Amino acid sequence: MLNSEQVRHIAKLARLGLTKEEGEKFARQLSEILAHMEMLNEVNTDKVEPTSQVTGLMNVTREDKTARFCEKEELLACTGLPVENDQIKVKPVITN
Amino acid sequence: MLHTLSLAEVSEGLKEKKFSSVELTGAMFDRIKAVNPSLNAYVTLTENQALEQAKKADAMLAKGGALSPLTGVPAGIKDIFNTKGVRTTCCSNIIKDFVPPYSATVIDKLNDAGMVMLGKLNMDEFACGASTEHSCFGVTKNPWDLERVSGGSSGGSAAAVAADMAYYALGTDTGGSIRQPASLCGTVGLKVTYGRVSRSGVTAMASSWDTIGPLAKTVRDVATVLQVIAGHDDRDSTTPDVKVPDYSAGLGQSVKGLKIGVPKEYFGEGIDADVEKALRDAIKEYEKMGAVIKEVSLPYTKYALAVYYIAIPAELSANLARFDGIRYGSTPKGKVENMVDYYFRTRSEGFGDEIKRRIMMGTYVLSAGYYDAYYRKAQKVRTLIIEDFKNVFKEVDVLVAPVSPFPAFKIGEKKDDPLAMYLADIFTIPVNCAGVPAISIPCGFASGGGAGAAIGAGKGAVKLPVGMQIIGPQFSEDLLLKTAYAYEQATEWHKQKPAL
Repeated sequence: MLNSEQVRHIAKLARLGLTKEEGEKFARQLSEILAHMEMLNEVNTDKVEPTSQVTGLMNVTREDKTARFCEKEELLACTGLPVENDQIKVKPVITN
Repeated sequence: MLHTLSLAEVSEGLKEKKFSSVELTGAMFDRIKAVNPSLNAYVTLTENQALEQAKKADAMLAKGGALSPLTGVPAGIKDIFNTKGVRTTCCSNIIKDFVPPYSATVIDKLNDAGMVMLGKLNMDEFACGASTEHSCFGVTKNPWDLERVSGGSSGGSAAAVAADMAYYALGTDTGGSIRQPASLCGTVGLKVTYGRVSRSGVTAMASSWDTIGPLAKTVRDVATVLQVIAGHDDRDSTTPDVKVPDYSAGLGQSVKGLKIGVPKEYFGEGIDADVEKALRDAIKEYEKMGAVIKEVSLPYTKYALAVYYIAIPAELSANLARFDGIRYGSTPKGKVENMVDYYFRTRSEGFGDEIKRRIMMGTYVLSAGYYDAYYRKAQKVRTLIIEDFKNVFKEVDVLVAPVSPFPAFKIGEKKDDPLAMYLADIFTIPVNCAGVPAISIPCGFASGGGAGAAIGAGKGAVKLPVGMQIIGPQFSEDLLLKTAYAYEQATEWHKQKPAL
């Protein structure tokens, strides 16, 4: 199933930092869960369509009209980072 | 003893001017201050705002005229509903200080109806769990036995209602998160048809599964709250334009001739002996009332859990990608080198273990090479589970089943064993797979030391509530409420209160 190296790779893709101990613990737990999921292979689904919406709605549209939601100041007040010229200041994305 | 009344009773009392909303609100805060420290159901109290809302409600009541039955009635809200100006944390460190700039649609509707919001209620982090042990504020204890969990994820909502700290509460149910805690705490809880109630402004866990519903002391009270919150919302495109019926109209009607299915898959191995007995007795009660009982089968039931724990983490990992500590939420401690480091640190410090597990599981099952084997496979089996329900509802009107295989379990018993925790939802998850509605109502008590002791409650003779689940076809909430009401009126379970 999953070893701790694979788990740490998955964590990296999901932008989660894990310690070595966490990697081992989660590898054990996720392997156990995945083993349980294997039971789905018993089911023949060759002619079955997948479901992603249960009430049968399709292509729900609305008029393309803007409506007032929150004020700019209210939204900017939500960040814990510094705000400059109505923009949130973050750490460098590209570094040497 | 104002706090012991039901929503219907206080609503009438307010209209007849037996007491004011301000008095009622004061009495509720007295109760909360006396009981909440030992239960930990509320994580935020909004006393000043509540008293303002109560004054406004009293002014409306003094004017008279057509008023909502919720006007001036104090309620508690699960901490996943955005409440403008009031901290909304999802019980996660990652947004522990978040104050939303707008309210969920259902909160707007309740405010328009004159709600008095007492505070925000505890839950498992981002609604992931069956015990509230995954909350960054700590566990909510069960009002019937302080050594046990209140269930989850809406454990705070269920405990608050059971302990008379709210006349009703809102919860969310993605895999059992309203019904299971309602069952474990001895309250009524309704999981609606997917899309019956708007999800706008409620933090998404798994968008194609999440539902919103009320918990209250009686079936009538649940119907009253549903009436206010149900219906199409322009802000949630998954709310179909299906007519909202009068949910109280059928209460009191006979269930004579109603065809009730008893699904054999829900009474198998692993179910606590006391839970099974309570359910069998409840079915006899329905028989006495003239309902027609029939054993039925939903053969794909056993696969629901596997479908759920593939599909849910997949949707969750995508939904929770937005928690990156930039536009809102916590920022990491100490010095941060660059942006990627910032993401790693924010998310590692902010999320608890269960969320990390689900994010990783979701990332894994959606990754190239595994998508078909896991995610697509799960979506296909989901179709078969839906077919199960469609077929069975050709034979019977509703299904009756246990909510949880065991009563409230001990704190700590399953916390570090994710699979054991997942199994607590084995009877509630199939309902979410099919998007159909189900109600949980009290139907007896278990000793906590029954045959299910090994997997369930542990030793010791205590009195723990047992819940019965009534399941119907999509948009049959009115039928479920009518069916539940008939049983409730014929029994006394809902009148019993925990000794606190």
